[in-house]
Amino acid sequence: MSNSTEKIEYVSYLDHQGKYKGLLSWIMATDHKRIGLLYMYSIMTFFFIGAFLGLLMKIEMIAPGETIMKPQTYNGLFTLHGILMIFMVVIPGLSAVFGNFFLPILIGAKDVAFPKLNRLSWWIFVTGSIMAVASQLLKDGPPDTGWTFYAPYSSTTGTNVIMATAAAFVLGFSSILTGLNFIVTIHQMRAPGMRFFNMPLFPWALYATAWIQLLATPIIGITLLMLIAERLFGIGFFDPALGGDPLLFQHLFWIYSHPAVYVMILPAMGVITEIIPTFCQRQIYGYKAVAISSLAIAGVGFLVWGHHMYTSGMSDQARWFFSLLTFIVAVPSAIKVFNWITTMYKGSIDVKPPFLYALAFIFLFIIGGTTGLLLGSVATNVQVHDTSFVVAHFHYIIFGGMGFAFFAAIHYWLPKMYGRMYNFKTANIALVINFIGFNLLYFPQFIIGIQGMPRRYFDYPPQFQPMQIISSVGGFILIFGLILMVYNLVQGARKGEPAPANPWRGSTLEWQIPSPPSLENFDEEPVIKENPYDYK
Amino acid sequence: MANNKTHTIEYLTLSKVLLVLLFLTFLTISVTSFHLGPFTVSIALLIAGLKSFLVLSNFMHLKYESLLLRILVAMVFVLFVVIVLITFIDYAYR
Amino acid sequence: MSEKAIHVEEHRDDEASKLGMWLFIFTELLLFGGLFLVYSIFRAQYPTAFHQSSLELSVTIGAINTVILLFSSMTIAMALTAIQKNDQKRALMFIGITLFCAAVFLVNKYFEWGHKIEHGLYPGSALMPLLDRGHLLYFSLYFFMTGLHALHIIIGMTLLIVCLFKVKSKNINDHDYVLLENGALYWHLVDLIWIFLFPLMYLIS
Repeated sequence: MSNSTEKIEYVSYLDHQGKYKGLLSWIMATDHKRIGLLYMYSIMTFFFIGAFLGLLMKIEMIAPGETIMKPQTYNGLFTLHGILMIFMVVIPGLSAVFGNFFLPILIGAKDVAFPKLNRLSWWIFVTGSIMAVASQLLKDGPPDTGWTFYAPYSSTTGTNVIMATAAAFVLGFSSILTGLNFIVTIHQMRAPGMRFFNMPLFPWALYATAWIQLLATPIIGITLLMLIAERLFGIGFFDPALGGDPLLFQHLFWIYSHPAVYVMILPAMGVITEIIPTFCQRQIYGYKAVAISSLAIAGVGFLVWGHHMYTSGMSDQARWFFSLLTFIVAVPSAIKVFNWITTMYKGSIDVKPPFLYALAFIFLFIIGGTTGLLLGSVATNVQVHDTSFVVAHFHYIIFGGMGFAFFAAIHYWLPKMYGRMYNFKTANIALVINFIGFNLLYFPQFIIGIQGMPRRYFDYPPQFQPMQIISSVGGFILIFGLILMVYNLVQGARKGEPAPANPWRGSTLEWQIPSPPSLENFDEEPVIKENPYDYK
Repeated sequence: MANNKTHTIEYLTLSKVLLVLLFLTFLTISVTSFHLGPFTVSIALLIAGLKSFLVLSNFMHLKYESLLLRILVAMVFVLFVVIVLITFIDYAYR
Repeated sequence: MSEKAIHVEEHRDDEASKLGMWLFIFTELLLFGGLFLVYSIFRAQYPTAFHQSSLELSVTIGAINTVILLFSSMTIAMALTAIQKNDQKRALMFIGITLFCAAVFLVNKYFEWGHKIEHGLYPGSALMPLLDRGHLLYFSLYFFMTGLHALHIIIGMTLLIVCLFKVKSKNINDHDYVLLENGALYWHLVDLIWIFLFPLMYLIS
C-alpha cells in the first residue's frame, strides 16, 4: 500500500510511460488492463477469422453436393473453426479480457497477484495461436478430425493432428495460468474490508471459472499428449487393435471439455449479473444464491461429461448417471435466470445497448439451455446426437450466450476502458441485425436436426435445402451486423465523445474511478462497503 | 502483505518421518509379495495413501498451513477419485 | 505529458507465492491423474497381463529408487529448516544431497529403460505389436508414466539448482526463503507421484 501523502497526479493507463515505448510497451506490458486489451484484440481477430470460416461453410451448405469446396476442405474448415472458436476465442474469452481488466478493480486491487505471469500467459496464448496457424500450413494439410480429435480417426489420419493438438496443449497453459492468477488474486488481494461476500458477483463468477481452468485443463493436456504418443509410437490406449478403447479418449476428452463450457459461460453470466441491476437501478435479487450457484455449476459441471457420449457405447448405468447429473447442473443456471428476471421487476429500466444485449442473452440462453435438457435426456438424445440440432444448441449457448454477453460487456465497459462513448443508435441497429441474423442462422438447424440432418456433413438430401438457405442467409445478415457493431465500437473508442466516470449510474467500484483508469487503478485506497453494490 | 514465517520443522522430526516412510515402503513390498488376490491393490494403495499423507503433512508443511489450503488439497484428491469412480460406472457395466 | 514516475512498490506477498505454487501442484496432480485413470481402466481390463508384465521390472531397483526419492524429500525439507535457522552451509549441503539423489534416480532409470529397450520393449518398437494386448498397454503406460515423471525430475532439479545459486548468493535467506519453499514443494510433488507409481508398476506381481 502506498504511504505517500501527496496526491498522485492522474495519468490514464493508456498514456502511462513506462520502461518501454510504443509497440514494446504493449508486448511487454504487465499492467492487467493492457493485458486485457491485448487479449481482446487477439481474441476479436480470431473471432472474425473463425466467423469468416463459418461463413464459407454456410456458402458451401446453401446447396446439396459440392458448392464451392471439396469435402476434405469442408472437414478442415469445421475443424479449424472449432479450434479457433473454442481454444482461441470462447475459453479465454471473458476471463482473459474483462476478467483481466476488471477483476483487480472490482476487488480494490492495483493489479493481479502475478503480473509477470499474466504477461507470460498472453505470450503463451500467442504462441499457441501461431502453432494453430502452423497446423494449417504444414505439409500434411489441415487437420480434418473436428476440434474434438476423436480416436481412432485422429490417431490414423495423415493430416497435421500433432501440430494442432500441440497448439491446444500450449493454449491450455495460458488458460491454467490465468486461472491460477485469478484464484490467488481473489484470495490475497482483496482490499482491506472486502470479505468474499462483499465481492461483487462478476469476481465470484471469475473465481468459480478459475478453479475449472486450473483443475480441468491438465486433463486435456495429458489426453492430447497421449494422442500425440498414439500417433508417434502406437501406445495403443485408444486403438482397439492394440487392446485400447476409443471410448477412453472420449471420456478423457470430455472430462475437460465439459467443464470447459462452464469456463465459457460462467463469466458471461457474471457480466449479465452486473449489467442487469445497473440498468434497472436495483440490486441483484438473491446475491448469495447467485454467488453460490456459480460454485455449484463449477462443481457439478465436473460430473456430467458423459452426456456427450450417450450413443458411443457406454453402459446403461453410466448413461442414466450422467443424465441425472446433467439435469441437476441445469438447476443453478436456472436460478440465475430467475434472479435476473426478478431483478428487473419494478426496476427503473434504462434501455441502453448493454441492457439490450443482456436481454438478448437471456432469450438466447434460455433457448440454448432448454434444448440442452432435450439433449441431456438419453431417450431424446439418441434421436438428435450428431445432428445439426446439437450444432444449434451449442451455438445458442456459446454464441448466443457467451458471445452476446461478450458484446454486452464491451458495450458496458468500453466507456470505462477508453474514456469514450460509442453511438447508441448504431449500436442498437447492429444489435437488432445481429439478433435477427443469429436466429435465422441457427434456429433452422434445430428443425432439420430433428428431421435427421447430420452435423459435419457437407452434403445433404434436397429436403433440407430450404432451411439451409434460410440459415446461410442468416449467416450473412449476422456477419454484416457484427461488422457494423465492431465498426461502431472502434469509432467510439477512438473518436467518440469523452465519457464520464459513471455513464450508467453503476454502483460497483469500477465506476468510482476515472475513465480510463490510472495505472494503479486507485489513486487513493478505496473505502470498502459491506454491500458490494453500494458504491455511489 | 502476508510474510509470516513458516513453522520450522526440526531435523530430528524430519528424520523420524523418513523412518516411518521407509518402514511403510518395506511393508508395501512385503505385503504385495503375498498372494492376496484382489486385496493387493487396495492394500498397496492404502499404504501409498498413508505415505503421501505423511509427505503432505510433514515434508510439505501442510500440518502447519491454513485450513483453507488443507481443504483445497483434499478437494483435489477427492475430485480425482470421484472422476475415476464415475468412469468406472461405464467400464464396470459394459 | 507528465513524466512523473508512478512509484510501483516492490510488492512481496509470500503467502500468495506459496498459494500459487500449491495451485500449480494441483495441475500437476491432475496431469498425472489422467494417466493413473488410464492405468486403472486397463489394469481392470487386463489383470493377468499386467501382473505378468510387471515381473519384467526389477523390484530391487524400483525400491532403491523409492528410498532415494523419499530420502531426497527429507533432505530438501531439511534444507528449508537450515535456511530458517540461517544456516547457509547446511542448506547448501542439503540441496546438494537432494540433487545428487535426483541424479542417481535418473541414472537408475536410464539403466532400467536401457534394459527394456535392448529387449525391444519400448513404444514404437517392432516387438510391441506382437505382444499380448495387456502387455503392450502395460509397457506403454510404464514408459509414458515413468518418462513423464523423469521429465518432472529434471524440471525439479533445475528449480533446485536455481535455489542452490540463490542460497549461495544469499538471495534466499532466513528472511526471504519462499523460493526455496516453493522449490521444495515441487520436489515433494515429484516424490508423491512416485509413491503411487512404484507399487502400481512394480508391485503387482
